[in-house]
Formats: sequence, structure tokens, C-alpha cells
Amino acid sequence: MSVLSDAAIRRLQEAADAPDLSGTKYVALDRIAQGGMGTVYRVRDRELGRDVALKVIRLPEASPDIAARMLREARTLARLEHPGIVPVHDVGRLSDGRVFYAMKLVRGAPLDRLPTSTLADRLRIVERICEAVAFAHAHGVIHRDLKPQNVMVGPFGEVLVMDWGVAKLVGDVSSLGSLEGGGEVADLVVEAGAPTTGHGVVLGTPGYMAPEQAAGDPALVDTRADVYALGAILRDLSHGAIADPGPKSRRATPARPLEAIIQRAMAAEPRERYQDVMALARDVAAFRAGEPVSAYRENLFERARRFTVRYSTPILLVLAYLVMRITLLAVRGR
Amino acid sequence: MASFPATRHSVVAGIASSDPQVRRVAFDTLISAYWRPVYKYVRIKWHADRDDAADLTQEFFSRAFEKNTLERFDPARARFRTYLRVCLDGFVANEHKAASRIKRGGGVSFVPLDFAAAETELAGLHPSPGDNGASVPGADDDTFFRQEWVRALFTDAVAALHDLCVAAGKETHFAVFQRYDLEHDTGARPTYAQLAAELGIPVTQVTNYLAFTRRELRQLLLERLRALCATDAEFRLEARDLLGVDPR
Repeated sequence: MSVLSDAAIRRLQEAADAPDLSGTKYVALDRIAQGGMGTVYRVRDRELGRDVALKVIRLPEASPDIAARMLREARTLARLEHPGIVPVHDVGRLSDGRVFYAMKLVRGAPLDRLPTSTLADRLRIVERICEAVAFAHAHGVIHRDLKPQNVMVGPFGEVLVMDWGVAKLVGDVSSLGSLEGGGEVADLVVEAGAPTTGHGVVLGTPGYMAPEQAAGDPALVDTRADVYALGAILRDLSHGAIADPGPKSRRATPARPLEAIIQRAMAAEPRERYQDVMALARDVAAFRAGEPVSAYRENLFERARRFTVRYSTPILLVLAYLVMRITLLAVRGR
Repeated sequence: MASFPATRHSVVAGIASSDPQVRRVAFDTLISAYWRPVYKYVRIKWHADRDDAADLTQEFFSRAFEKNTLERFDPARARFRTYLRVCLDGFVANEHKAASRIKRGGGVSFVPLDFAAAETELAGLHPSPGDNGASVPGADDDTFFRQEWVRALFTDAVAALHDLCVAAGKETHFAVFQRYDLEHDTGARPTYAQLAAELGIPVTQVTNYLAFTRRELRQLLLERLRALCATDAEFRLEARDLLGVDPR
């Protein structure tokens, strides 16, 4: 046999890791992303004639605990029906034994590669992320790895929170059910209330991870860890586009109220943060609308300035009217 | 080609075995997997001529066997592959210093090593290494050694896949794999339909045959990798590196 070229080895690497889709309704098209535990492929659903994203567990991670985690991610997503959360269409095992799930193929760009936009647009994105995360919280799911790379922004401005692989479930998870033929995987998943992350195991991303999460004790992590991560995303976006924030000296300094929102969201102590994600979203929306925010106490001058900026159009109209009246009176008086 | 011995237990554990037979088999396995990268590394990175590189390669394994060098590997500190390369660097440096390369390829004989084939591979990959070797631009020592180790691993796995297909009467399976995944370094990859027409089989068979050969290749690769790693953690790390290619 002739020597294998570097290009041939790359093809073989892909071939060896390629999912065995025989016996399924999917045809592989290309590999689009790679995460910590799974590789995502663009595949064609032959029955419905549409392209979907297929996440397949990476080799050699077919161990029961990793398979269980991916399956749990699929089930977590499946019960979170929200426009800001990528929907799952299908879940199962391939004939090579690897767990997979099919989800909507999200087009667009991750938040960290978003082109330059206005601050108002970026704040609106944060609000929409907050809405999706708040919905998940209401259903007992804590994301635990919110970061710009895990948020996709579609071509029509749709915002989708991705990668729920390390999500923590709180409360009753028995509704997750079991995967037929999934044996040991299902057993791990349906142990309601059982911690799936061991003590000392740190899941998350530095820079976006709350201090209590970085400490590695899953019992300390609650929804306020997501508030911290959202604060970190807000911090990134307040400077401009994450991909190209420009030189440090020329980056916009966030206004004081916005800075205060970030600081409160990212407080080291969970009790000093916003106690729920919607409280953060409300402050971001208030700031965007030029209204007072709960995280910042304005002085009289700032209040007057904000009032002036917010109501600049009616103020200008009144002023113009007054100037006109005074001018008319002056002309008549001659 | 020196084939990969049948054992699939950890070679790294085997070379430290007190049972001489187990230790010997483990060394044969280790040499089968590593002699090509070692030879090429000595040729390219140490600028050794062909004869010297062949002598140094044999002597390195022979000395490692006699002096238990590789048994001192500590999985907590590095991957086995890295440790072996560092040992090799130390060995070649000492040889150069001592300039005492009179008696190489010493008293212990292992699996036969086809240096002429390795030289042909080297010539195909790095044109004109010459008798005194040459440097490969852009590749540091570890990258180069890893690259050649991966090549040896895949070459061996593909050869094993070929043997497996022939033995099972699945030559067409291998032909599909060869045409779709192995060849076409230049030119476009054939479509499933083209392959089906070329080999006189339905398109669905093309995808089935590909799935079969890829599954077997994956199995063969992982088996070999597991044997060459000291711990499960190292195996996972290496396998992730080996198969976790970046998306295009």
C-alpha cells in the first residue's frame, strides 16, 4: 500500500469519526461543529426532505455517563418549547451504538462573531436570551454554560440559546422518561433528583462562570449562576461587537446605569445579584428605553439629563412653540 | 510491513511485566507501532543518514528493552508518546556525544523492520531528505513525531482493514472505501452514484459498504490506540485528538 498523505489521513480521521447513519432516515452532508462531547453534522432528513443538525456523541466518549449526559441534553431541550431554544426533533442510537439527537438546523452566527450593531440592538439580544433562560428556569433547568459562543443569532434577528449539555435539572425530572433500548443510559437519566455532576467537577467556562460554580460544588449552583453568566455576556456586548470590539482605548465605556446592571448581575455573592433572570431583563429593557433602572440610584442632574434625552422630541416641540409665540408677541407689540 | 500483533492489552503495562513472554510481546507491539515514526524522526530531526537512522532506531528499542528505560514512564506527567520521543532525543544525543555507534542493533532481535519501505514513505512525504536528512519546515519536534506516529497508526489500521475484508470475501467493501475515503488526493471525491456505476452495485450498497468499513476502521484504530496508552484517561485524550478533526 502506498504511503498515506496528510490529506488522506485527515479524510480517514473524518471517516472513522463519521456517524453510521445506516438504518436511519438521515443522510450525512457535512460536519458543522464540534463541542466537548458531541460532533454536530448537517444531515438531510430523507422523509421530510429538510436539512437538520444531528449531534452525535464523539469518539471515544461512548461511555454510559457521557451518553447519559447527551441524552439528558436532548430530553431537556425537548421539554423546553420556546422560540429562543433550539427544538429537538428526534433522539436515539445509531447502529454503531452512539447516542444522537436531531435538532433544528440553526443558520446565522454565534454571538461572538456577530458583526457590529447598535447598542440598542445588542441589548435587545440580551433581553431575548434572558427570556429563553427565564423560561428554562421556570421549567427547572439551569443552563450553567451561557456564553457568547452558545448563543446563535439568525439572519432575521432570531436568538437561540444552544448547548444545554451541562444543564442542571432541579425539581422533578421523572418526566424525562427512558429511551427504549437505552438500558444503562436511561437508568442514569431517570434517577430523579440524583446529582449528575460530582462534587469537585467544574462545568462551565472561565470568564462566564459564577464563583460558586467555579468552586465545583453543584449543590451551590442555582439559577443565579445563569444570572452571573448573562451579566458577563452583557459586559461583552456593552463594549461593541465581541468579534471586533476595536482598540481598548476607543471602546465605548458603558453608561453608569448599564455598568451598575452588569455589576449587580456579576456580583460575587449570589444574594447580591438579581434574584431572577427577568429582573435583569427588566433592567436592561428599562435602560434601553431610557428609564430608571433598579441597579442604579441617579442623582438629580442625571435624572434631569435622562429626562431630557428621553423626552427630547416633545421638549423641542414645546420650546419651538414658545419661541414662536414670543416672536409673535414681540412683532405685535411693535 | 511489520503487522500489529494480536494482543490488545495495554502495551505500556506489558513492557513492565515480570513475565518475560508478556514483556516480549509488548515490546514487539510497541516497536510495530513506533519504529516508523522513530526512524523518520531520527532521519529528519537529527539529520541522520539512512544507515545511521536504521542503526539508531534498532539500538534505541534494543537499549530500551535491556535497560528498562520505557518502564519508568509516569502517566501523570506526560503522554506515553511524548515520553518515548523525549527518551529518543536523549538516546540520540548521548550517541552523538559518545560517538560510539560501533555495536548497534545489539543482542536482542525484535519484529523485522522494513527501513527501505520507511525510506520510500519519507521520500514521498518530504521530497529530497537526502542521505543526511533534512528539516521539515513548520513542524516542531513533537508535532513531527506525532504526525508520523498517526501516519503509522492509520497505515497499520488500513492494512488490517484490507486483510479483514479480503478474509471475509468483502473485497468490494474495501474497494468502495478505497475509492471514497483513501484515494483522490488530487481531483474530486467520486459521488455515491459514480462509485455504484463503477463497481456495478446499487447506490444503497455504496453507503452500506462505507458504513461497514468505517465502523471497522474505527474499531481497529481504537483497539490499537488503547493498546498503546498507559491509562484510560490517556486513551481518551489521544482518541479525541486522533479522531477529533476540526470541521472544515
